[in-house]
Parts: sequence; C-alpha cells; structure tokens
Amino acid sequence: MTATSVTGPRQWHRFSLTERIMRSVFYLMALIAIVWSMRSIEIIPEFLYDAPQQTVDLFARMWPIDWAWYPKVVHAALLETLHTATLGTVLAVLIASLVALLVARNITRSAVLNGIGRFILVATRSVHAVVWALFFVAVFGPGALAGTLAIAVHSIGFTGKFLSEAIEEVKSGPIEALTAAGAPPLAILLKGYWPQVKPAFLAIAMFRWDINVRESAVLGLVGGGGLGMALDTAMSNLYWDQAGLVLFVIFAIVVAVEIVTAWIRSRII
Amino acid sequence: MEATTGGNPSTTDRSSDRSLRIEHLHKEYRAGEPVLRDVSLTVEGRGLTAIIGPSGTGKSTLVRCINRLVEPTSGEILFRGQDMVRLSGRELRAARRRIGMIFQEYNLVERLSVIENVLCGRLGYVPVWRAWLRRFPDADIARAFELLDAVGLGDLATQRADQLSGGQRQRVGIARALMQEPDLLLADEPTSSLDPKTSVEIMELIARRASASSIPALVNIHNVELARRYADRIIGMSKGSIVFDGPPQALEDSHLLAIYGGEGWLE
Amino acid sequence: MSDTSLSARPQRLAFPPNWPARIGFTVLALYVLYAGTVVDITWARFLTGLEQGSRFLSRMFPPNTAADKLALLHNGMSESLQIAIIATAVGVLLSLPLGLAAARNLAPAPLAWASRGLIVAFRTFHPVIVAILFVKAVGFGALAGMLALVVASLGFLSKLIAEAVEEMSMKQVEAVRATGASFLAVVIMAVLPQVMARFIGFSAYQLDSNLRNSALVGLVGGGGIGATLFTAFQRFDYDFVLTIVLAIIGIVMVGEIVSGFMRRLFQ
Repeated sequence: MTATSVTGPRQWHRFSLTERIMRSVFYLMALIAIVWSMRSIEIIPEFLYDAPQQTVDLFARMWPIDWAWYPKVVHAALLETLHTATLGTVLAVLIASLVALLVARNITRSAVLNGIGRFILVATRSVHAVVWALFFVAVFGPGALAGTLAIAVHSIGFTGKFLSEAIEEVKSGPIEALTAAGAPPLAILLKGYWPQVKPAFLAIAMFRWDINVRESAVLGLVGGGGLGMALDTAMSNLYWDQAGLVLFVIFAIVVAVEIVTAWIRSRII
Repeated sequence: MEATTGGNPSTTDRSSDRSLRIEHLHKEYRAGEPVLRDVSLTVEGRGLTAIIGPSGTGKSTLVRCINRLVEPTSGEILFRGQDMVRLSGRELRAARRRIGMIFQEYNLVERLSVIENVLCGRLGYVPVWRAWLRRFPDADIARAFELLDAVGLGDLATQRADQLSGGQRQRVGIARALMQEPDLLLADEPTSSLDPKTSVEIMELIARRASASSIPALVNIHNVELARRYADRIIGMSKGSIVFDGPPQALEDSHLLAIYGGEGWLE
Repeated sequence: MSDTSLSARPQRLAFPPNWPARIGFTVLALYVLYAGTVVDITWARFLTGLEQGSRFLSRMFPPNTAADKLALLHNGMSESLQIAIIATAVGVLLSLPLGLAAARNLAPAPLAWASRGLIVAFRTFHPVIVAILFVKAVGFGALAGMLALVVASLGFLSKLIAEAVEEMSMKQVEAVRATGASFLAVVIMAVLPQVMARFIGFSAYQLDSNLRNSALVGLVGGGGIGATLFTAFQRFDYDFVLTIVLAIIGIVMVGEIVSGFMRRLFQ
C-alpha cells in the first residue's frame, strides 16, 4: 500500500515532507509512551533479575512427565477441547456470515446497519474468549457448553471482519449480469456472490479453527472445560509433572491441527 | 414465485410486443453535464441495430438505461407496453428477464461451470431453491445444452468458466442471454476485448442467433466496419444525441465525420 | 423438442456429483450433531441459560461509574497499557535478531532450526498459559504479565520476520557481501530495507494484540485490568464488570485506529 501520489513533481515533494514530519512525531510519541510505561510500572528489580533462574526451575520440576495420567484424565479433556473448538468455530462461522452481510457495503447500503454490524464485530473480538467464558460459566455453569459459546462469540469478530472484506472485494461484473437477467436478490447472493467468496470463506474458517483449538485449551482455566481444567487441577495440586503432560499434549495437538489445516488448504485451495 | 420454465409470452403478435420505444431520454451523471440529451428512438421487429460513436458519447449509457442498470434522469422507455423507468421490485425483475444482455467483459461467474453460467439466465424464472440445489427443470437443462451446441461449446459444458478463452467466454455470455428467451437482445461493446478474428465470429453469432429467435438486437460497438457488415440499421451518436439513423449503405464519410469529428482517423 | 435432442446423443450430465465435497460436508454435519450431544447442548439447557442470561444482563446495566470503581479501573487500565507498550517494544527489539537467526537463507542450518523451534514453542502456548507459568516462576504482578506478552510477541514477530527474510531477494545481499562488508553491515544495508515496511505493519498488529491480551494476563495474576475484572466477577459486581468490559473495548478500538495510522504512515 504505497502512499506516493504522482500528480506532478511539486505535489510529490510536499507530501514526502509531511510524511517525514509525521513519522518523527510518531517516533517521539512512541518513545514517550515507552518511557512513561517503564517509569510507572511496578516491577521489583530483584524479581526481574531472578526471573530466568526461576523459570528454569519451574521447567525442571515438570520433568519427568507423568505419562500415566494421560488415559485417566487428559484424553477425555483433549477430546472435549477439540469438540469445543470445532463446534464453536462452526457456530461462529454461521453467525459471522450473517453479520458480514450486514457490514459489507455492497450488500447493505444503510450506514446505520453497517455501523451496528461493525459494532458487533468490534465488541465480540475485543473481549477475549476467556472473558466470555467467565460470563458463560456464570450463566450456564462450568463445562464445555460455556466454553463452546465463549469460543463462538469471540470468533464472530474476526471471522465476520474477514468475510465482510471478502464480500466487498467481489467483482461487480457478474453481479451486474445477474441483475440484468432479472434474478431475485437471494439468487444473486447465491450465484453471484457466494461462488466468489467461497475460497476466502474456507480459508478463514480453517484459520479460525486453528486458532480456536489453542484458545479452547485455555478456557478450562476459568471453568470452560477441556485441557484447561486438567491443567488447572494439576497446578493447584502442584503436580508439576502432570502439568507438564498437559502442556505437552497442548503442544502436540496444536502442531497436529496446523498440519491438518495445511493439508486441507493444499487440497482445496 | 413463478415457476414458468421456458414458456413463450402469451401473445402471438410478436413484433409489436417486442418494440422498444425510447422517448426523450435524458441522463446526467453530474448536474449540468448531460451524457444523453433528449434521445428518442424506436427499435422494432427483427434485425440488428448498431450504435456507433466515440467513447464517452453516451452509447453505453443509452444501452444500460434500457434495462435500468443506469438510472435515467428523465424520459420514458417503453418496452412490451410498460415504461421501464417506472418499474421497481418484482415488476422490474420480470421486465429485465425479457431482455438479454451481453457484456464487454463477459461477466461470467468464473468459479461456476459453463453450463451453470448459462443456466443463470433462468434465475429470473426458477424458484431460488432450485437454483441453490442445482435442480433446474429438465427442459431448461436440455435447452442449455442445445444453446451451448449452437454457440459451438457443447463439449465444454462442465468446465469451469475461468478456463475458457475470451472468445469462448463471450459465447457463454451469448448463450446465457439467449437462455432467458428474451424479446430483446442488448450488447454493450461485445467485441471490444476480443481480437479481430474472434470479433467477427462473435458478431456473426449475435446476428445469427437474434435472427433465429426473431428478436431485435441492439449492439453498442465502436468498430465501424463490423457495424457496417452485420447491422441492418446504424445509429450514430455524437455528444449524447443521435446524428445518424439509417441503413449501413447510407452511411457516408460525411456522416462519420459528424459522428467522430476530425479527419485523421478516416484514412 | 427436448426428446429428440436427448435421444440424438447420450444423456449429458449438467452437474456431475462432486463426491469429495459431498462426503466432506456429510462428515462435518454428522460430527457437529455428535459433538453437540457430547457437549450436552440441549434445548432445555439453552432456555434456562437464556433466562439466567437476561437476569445477568439486567444486573449489568447500567455500568457502575462510582468514583472508587473508576479509580480502580484507571489503575488497572494504566498497568495493562504499560504492560502492552513495554512488551511490544521489547518484543520488537528482540524479534529482529531472533527472526534473522531463524532465516534459512541467512543463518547456518543448525542455528536456523533451533531458532525456529524456539519460535514454534513460543507460539504454541496461549499467552494466558505462559502468564501462569511466569506467575509461578517470578511471582504475581506486572512482571509476569509483561514477560508473557514478550514471549507472545516474539513468537509472532520473529516468525513473520523469518518468512519475510526468506522471501526477500538475495541479490542485494550478495551485492553488499561482495564488497567485503561485515555481517552486521550486510544486515543493515541489504536485509533491513527490504523487510522494514512489512515489519512495521506486523508491529502495529502486535501492539493491538498485546493490548487485548494485557487485559487477560491479569486474570491469572499477571497484573493489569484482568485482575480487577476477575475480582469483580467473583464479587458479583456485574455492573462494574460491564464498565471494565466497555473500557477494554474502547482501548482496543483506539489501539486499532493507532495501528491503522502507523501502517499508513510507514507504508
């Protein structure tokens, strides 16, 4: 995304100067922000120096990993995490599609509706899945239902944003042709917009599923079910070898999901 | 929702049904700068009418006003007894499906197959669920294959549209327009993106198919030679007004001068 | 009409079934139903939840704006902001060497693989988990939160830098190397200019991400607004919860504007 405008040499120079000034201003402000942060933050220096040593200590306590705990608790927790992630993604994609239609300016002309849709998207993605999980646990009780809803609601934001961008980037020519043929609006959506959006749709869904597996693993920490709960239990009891096992499983499943999504992407897109 | 699958219009008197009468059409994209100035025009019966003129003279705007892809500022467009300018919603869609349009950039849905693109011509006629599930009526599917054969693409029916060359894509576009069983065929610079040989083939195809279906064709074109060769009637436009209206034989250099201005290009 | 054409040639299929897609879709649908039962999504639970939920929402409105609560909010948000800013700055600084070390076209193979492994480890674990680990290691407070976000930033930025370096043109690098310059000079003169533009964009995104996550790490003891939020939940101060959430949304929106601005400025 270049910012050079070439309407004439004189114009170009002027823009470049403004740009340089703005950049300097930006650097200055960034510096001020950093300095302010460093002076106000309450970090006890002794703890900072001690940190590397403490971290290594912690990892030492996790070894050797307690593999025996896997079939007893961790396997079920793993499955629950996967269900949460997948169901949450499916739900999110469905709802996000509707919101995306609301936000896309070539489908919904009303600025008010656009704004409402945009607000929904910003609000759902600003509030982290874990915070949504806190809310849903309070409403539905602890377990995978709260976790699934938390994942679903949080994902609406990102998914909807990317989908709306894909919809807005659709080529208008085919849409014009279908309109000229007298097709009703729903048919134009299905035959004109959907085929053009489909590749992006699948890519976004895959991408989100990948991230959601990571997120779902954590939700258990606040009661959302899955591996997070196993981790919480292990750490509360100070069984570091079990905690190490859960961390290892999380690592393994994230890598596995990345491989799977890469494979699917190469086959379909 | 109507479920007619290719029925012909109820009246048998076709030529008056298919006449297009444009009365005092006026279009300004920006206030005070008219692109179409008080254009009046009648297109009747069969035959190919070519509109020629330099870029920016309103040819494309004129053609697109007919099916309301562009909104006229004022005037009347009478087609099949209705004023297109006053229609909206379902009535507008019903009127549009009787007008087939062919575009310069073909405007196919590239990820769909060739035959599905052709069947998109029926979207104004079939219920949406049929289109979604791809369960078009058998008669429609048979007709789509026939049309593809007629334009020479019978073997490519299930190929994706983006695998076709420009000339092939335009043929699909023509088939799609004909699939609507239209009473009028519009073409907005159908050959401008094609090489000379293919341009001739496409014009030939448009003229032949329009004649076979006994419908008038209104073609916006900037290649005068092609216009002379295939048109039964030529309309020359300059600066938003019609300055020539007659058979190709009557088109003389003096007229071309009036239309295009400047002598240099005539040589 | 259709009969003769259909019998004149073998029946042609307009829409050959797409088996992989059909199977994939069916499997997905069945899985969703299965998982739904496992997770115990029943209509009854949903309805009771709705009732509970509406009760909640009524307790959340209007958001609490009492002076002491606002003071708590201000402290928490300031700390979160500080954590995010420092973590981004440190992350940006450290990610350059780590990203360069992970680029297979610049660094020797063992170093590159080791660095990549480190980056993958950083990215796999959610900032919340990393925060918990740091809390256990270095104690409660902003330090743990900041370290967790540094790790998250490194995981993201180093990966992108490594990829950008691997995609860049080696010609400039070779040209500078041919002059006999030291490694550092090569980096500054040939590598950095090519990746800098995209790097700024990534940094802007990471700042935005850290802002969002800084609100989180407090939930597990990492300092910032997260701790305030968690306490409010536990004390059933739901109107204060709403205040905090609105503040978080506001900060994130501002952060997005700033990072969008950054990206436009440097690209």
